[in-house]
Amino acid sequence: MTQVTNGSDPTAPELLELALTQDEYRAAVDQLGRVPNRLELGMLGALWSEHCSYKTSRRLLRQLPAEGPQVVQGPGENAGVVDIGEGLLCCFKIESHNHPSAVEPVQGAATGVGGILRDVFAMGARPVAILDAIRFGDLEDTRQRQRFARVVEGIGWYGNCIGVPTVGGETYFDDAYQHNCLVNAMCVGLARHDQLVRAVASGPGNPVLLVGADTGRDGIHGATFASVQLDQGAEDRRPAVQVGNPFLEKCLLEACLELTGDPDLIGLQDCGAAGLTSSCAEMAHRGGVGIEIAADRVSRREQGMTPYEVMLSESQERMVLVVRGGAEERFRAAFRRWGLHSDVVGRVIEEPLFRTTEAGQEVGSLPLGLLISGFPERHPEASPPARLSRLDLDPLAAIPPWPASDAWLRLLSSPNCGDARWIWRQYDHQVGDDTVFGPGADAALLRLRDRPDGLAMTVDSAHRSAPLAPRRATAIAVAEGMRNLACVGAQPLALTNCLNFGDPDRPEIMWQLEESVAGLAEAARTLGIPVVSGNVSLYNQFDGESIPPTPTLGVVGLVADLDRRVGAGFRRERDLIGLVGPAAAGPHGVELGGSEYQRLAHGTLEGPAPELDLAAEARSAAAVRSAIGQGLLCSAHDCALGGLAVTLAESALLGGLGCRIRTPLEVPGGAPPSFVPGLLFGETQGRYLVSFDPNCRAAVEAVFEQSATPFAVLGAVGGPVIAVEGLAEIDLEAAMQAWAAAIPGRMEPTQAGRS
Amino acid sequence: MRFGIVVFPGTWSDRDCAHAVQLAGAEPVPLWHADRDLKGSDVVVLPGGFAYGDYLRTGAIARFAPVMEAVREHARSGGLVWGICNGFQILCEAGLLPGALLRNSSLQFRCQPTWLRVETTATPFLADCTPGQTLRVPISHGEGRFFADAPTLAQLNDQGRVALRYSEKDGRLSPDANPNGSLQNIAGILNEGGNVLGMMPHPERACEELLGSTDGLQLFNSVIRRLAARAG
Repeated sequence: MTQVTNGSDPTAPELLELALTQDEYRAAVDQLGRVPNRLELGMLGALWSEHCSYKTSRRLLRQLPAEGPQVVQGPGENAGVVDIGEGLLCCFKIESHNHPSAVEPVQGAATGVGGILRDVFAMGARPVAILDAIRFGDLEDTRQRQRFARVVEGIGWYGNCIGVPTVGGETYFDDAYQHNCLVNAMCVGLARHDQLVRAVASGPGNPVLLVGADTGRDGIHGATFASVQLDQGAEDRRPAVQVGNPFLEKCLLEACLELTGDPDLIGLQDCGAAGLTSSCAEMAHRGGVGIEIAADRVSRREQGMTPYEVMLSESQERMVLVVRGGAEERFRAAFRRWGLHSDVVGRVIEEPLFRTTEAGQEVGSLPLGLLISGFPERHPEASPPARLSRLDLDPLAAIPPWPASDAWLRLLSSPNCGDARWIWRQYDHQVGDDTVFGPGADAALLRLRDRPDGLAMTVDSAHRSAPLAPRRATAIAVAEGMRNLACVGAQPLALTNCLNFGDPDRPEIMWQLEESVAGLAEAARTLGIPVVSGNVSLYNQFDGESIPPTPTLGVVGLVADLDRRVGAGFRRERDLIGLVGPAAAGPHGVELGGSEYQRLAHGTLEGPAPELDLAAEARSAAAVRSAIGQGLLCSAHDCALGGLAVTLAESALLGGLGCRIRTPLEVPGGAPPSFVPGLLFGETQGRYLVSFDPNCRAAVEAVFEQSATPFAVLGAVGGPVIAVEGLAEIDLEAAMQAWAAAIPGRMEPTQAGRS
Repeated sequence: MRFGIVVFPGTWSDRDCAHAVQLAGAEPVPLWHADRDLKGSDVVVLPGGFAYGDYLRTGAIARFAPVMEAVREHARSGGLVWGICNGFQILCEAGLLPGALLRNSSLQFRCQPTWLRVETTATPFLADCTPGQTLRVPISHGEGRFFADAPTLAQLNDQGRVALRYSEKDGRLSPDANPNGSLQNIAGILNEGGNVLGMMPHPERACEELLGSTDGLQLFNSVIRRLAARAG
C-alpha cells in the first residue's frame, strides 16, 4: 500500500465548490500536517458543510433541553427516540429538503421523504407516519402554482408508493418564499426495545456492507449545495439533486426490518447527505474505531467513476451495515431475497482513520476526529435589524379595508386559512390501518395496536411575527404544537426541529437564529418537551433576499384513552361553545401584530407579536386534556391562524353546523379603527374553542376553574349561519364554498369548489 | 379458513389485509411472489401496493410472477381470487379480468372515502349484502379509471358482472361520486364464474369503527360464510 501523497493547494474556485473557506482549509492543513489531496479535500468539504457539521448552529443547539425520563435517544443519532411504554419505542425526526426542491420540485421533495424514512428505519423502527411542512410564494403566480403542485406530487409519490401514510402537515404561502420554497418532512416510526439499532461501527476486521442502489454521479456535492445560497445559476446545479426510487426503498425497508434484532448486525446507517463519506465516518467515530473503504468494490451505475465521485455520491436508497465477520454472506442472501444487491465495500479498522483505497492503493487517509469535529466552529456576528422599531407601531390604528364579515370570508378563502384537502387527498393517509385522525385535524392520531392509548403528532412553524420577534414567534410554535396535541387529548412527549433560515453571515439572520433557538429552548424547557432530534437548513436566500426565519417543529405525544378522543368540528346542535384562555390580551385588549389578517388586509408586518405566557399555556393544555379525558368535550380546536373568527368557522365547517356566539370582549367607546378585526382575527395565544353538552357545563367550568384557566361560555351550535353577535355574520353554505375553493379555486380554476 | 395474501416486492396492503382477515375471524397466510405454493389457501388476496414499483404499467410485471401461475390455476378450478387496488390492476394485466385501469381523470393520486353501490350479490364476495345497498369504503390510487371497450362493457353489464359502482350515499350514480373517471362509475368487476373479484377501493381499511367505517368487513364476512357453507 502506498502512502497518500501531498496534494497541491486548491484554487479559490475549487474551495468555493466545496463550500470551504480559506480559514477552514488552513485549519485542515494545520491539523493534518500536510496538504490534503483532492479526494480528502472533497470529503472534508462535505463533512464540514453546515448540513453535516452544524458548524454555525452547534453552539446554539447545545442550549436545547434533551433530557427526560421518556428519552431513550437524544440528538446525535439518525433519529430521536422516546419510550412510549409496554416495550415500544417511538423514533422520529424532521428534515429539510429545501434546496433540491427549489431546483427540481418532484424529485427534491420525493427524496426528502425518502431520506427521512431511511433515518427512521435505520434505527430499526417501522415508519408509521409522514408529516410535511411546506412553504411557497403566492399562488397567484403561475410558477409558484407549478412548484407547489409538483412538490405535493413528489411527497405523495414517494409516500404513496412506499406505503407509509402521510397523516398531517402544514402549508403556508407568502411572497417571501417565492425563491426559496421550504420542504420539511417528518417521519415517525415504531420499534420494540430489542429491535433498536444504532448507527455504530465496532470490532476491527468486521465487514462493511453497502446495500441498495448502485452508486452513480447523482447528488455529488449535495451537502455542500445545501449549504450555500441559491442564485441565478441554481438550475445548473440540477446534477446535485438526487433521483428517488421508492420501490427500491420499500424493499430496503422490509429487508432491513427483517434483520433488526439479528445478533450479528452491529450497526446500520442511512447513506444520506455526503453519501458513503458521512455515513461511514459517523459510524466509525461513534464506535471509536476507524474504517477502510475500497472505492473500487462499490457497484457503480456509470463507468469511469473516480474514488472522489464514489465517496461523495448521494445516490439514494442505499444503506451501510457493519456486521460480524463471517455473517456477511447470510446478510447478502437476506437482501437478495428482496432483490437487493449488496457489496462488502470495506472493513472496520483499529486506528481512528478514514482510509480509502482503490485497486489496493491507498488514495486517502484522514483522521476521523478531523473529519467529524475538526472544523472551526463559526460564530458569525449577530445584531438585530434596524427595522425592529416596527414592533412599536400600533397595528390597531390601521383603517380596515373591508367590513368584518367580508374580511372573514376573504380569510377563509385564502390558501393559508382555507381547506387543504386539495393537498392531502393526493396523499395516502390511511395505509397501515392505524390512522384515526388524518390530515385536517389539529393533530394526527394513530392507534397503537392492542392498547387503549394512541400516538398523536403535529407539525407547526413559527408565528408570522418571526422576522421581528424570532424568540417569541418560535416559542409560540412550541406552544401551538402542545395545543394541537391537547385538542385531541394528547400529552406531548418530545419534539424534533428543523431550523430554516437565511444566510447566517448576515448579522440580522444570525440574530434571528440565536433568538429563535433561545425561544425554542425556553419554551421546550418550560413546557417540559425535550428536543430529541433536529436539522438545520441555512442559506435559504436568493439574490440577497432571505426567507423569514422558519423554525418548524414536530411534536409527538400520547392520548391516554382513544375512546375519549375529540375532533375539531362541532358535533351536535345545541351544544355550548366555550372559549378557553384569555378573553383579552395586549395593551388594548386585542392583538393584531403579525396576524394573517394584517398580511392579507394591509400587506404589512408591524406591531408587537402576540403575548405568550408559557406557564398559563401549560395549565390550559392540561385542563383541556383533562376535560377530554373525562369525556366532557365534544370538540376542541386550537385558536391560531386567523384568530377566534377563523377558528370558529373551521369548527362549524368541519362539523357542517352553524353557530352563534357573543363577543368575548365588548367594543369600548373610542376604540381604535382596527379593534373589531383585532377581536375577530387577532392571534392571541393560549386559546382553544371547545364545544360540549349543556348538561356538562358545570363540570367543564369546574375543570378550567381548578386549573386557573380563564373560560367563558360564548354561545351555541346550530343555525344556518356562523355569527359573532353584533360584529359579523356569514352564511354557512357560502363559507363552505369559500373555504373549500381556497386552493382548488387557484390551482384548477375550472373546477373551483368541486371536491 | 385460510386467506392467502400475496406479497410482491412493493406490496403494502398485505399487513392491512391480514389484519382485516383476523378481525373477521379467519387465518391470514402470507404468500411470496417467487413461490408457486398457495399453502392451502381457500381464497387468494392480491393486495394493494406498487408491485415491482409499477414503473412500467401497473401490474405489467407482476402478472409474470411465479405465484401468478398458481393463482391462475386456483381461479380456473373455481377458487376465490380477490384483487384489491393494485391486485385489481394485476388481475386485468393477467387476463383474469377484462378491461384496464388507466390514470385517474384528475391526473392525480386520490385517497378519499367513497360510497359503493352493490350491483350484484351473486358472488361469494357480496353474498351477505343486499342489491342496491351502499358501502362506505375508501380509495387510494393514481390509476383506477376503469376502461373497457364497448362490447366488453356490454358483456359485463349483461352478465351481471359489474360488482360495485361509485355512487352517492343514497345509491344515485353521478359524475361527482366518481372519483377517477371510471366508465359507468365502475369500481369493481367479476369474472364469468363470479369467483374472481377485482375492486379499486380498499375494504380492508373499512373494518373498524375507529377508522371510520365497518362496511368493508361485510365483504370479508361474506367470503367466510360462503366458504364455510361450501365446506359444510
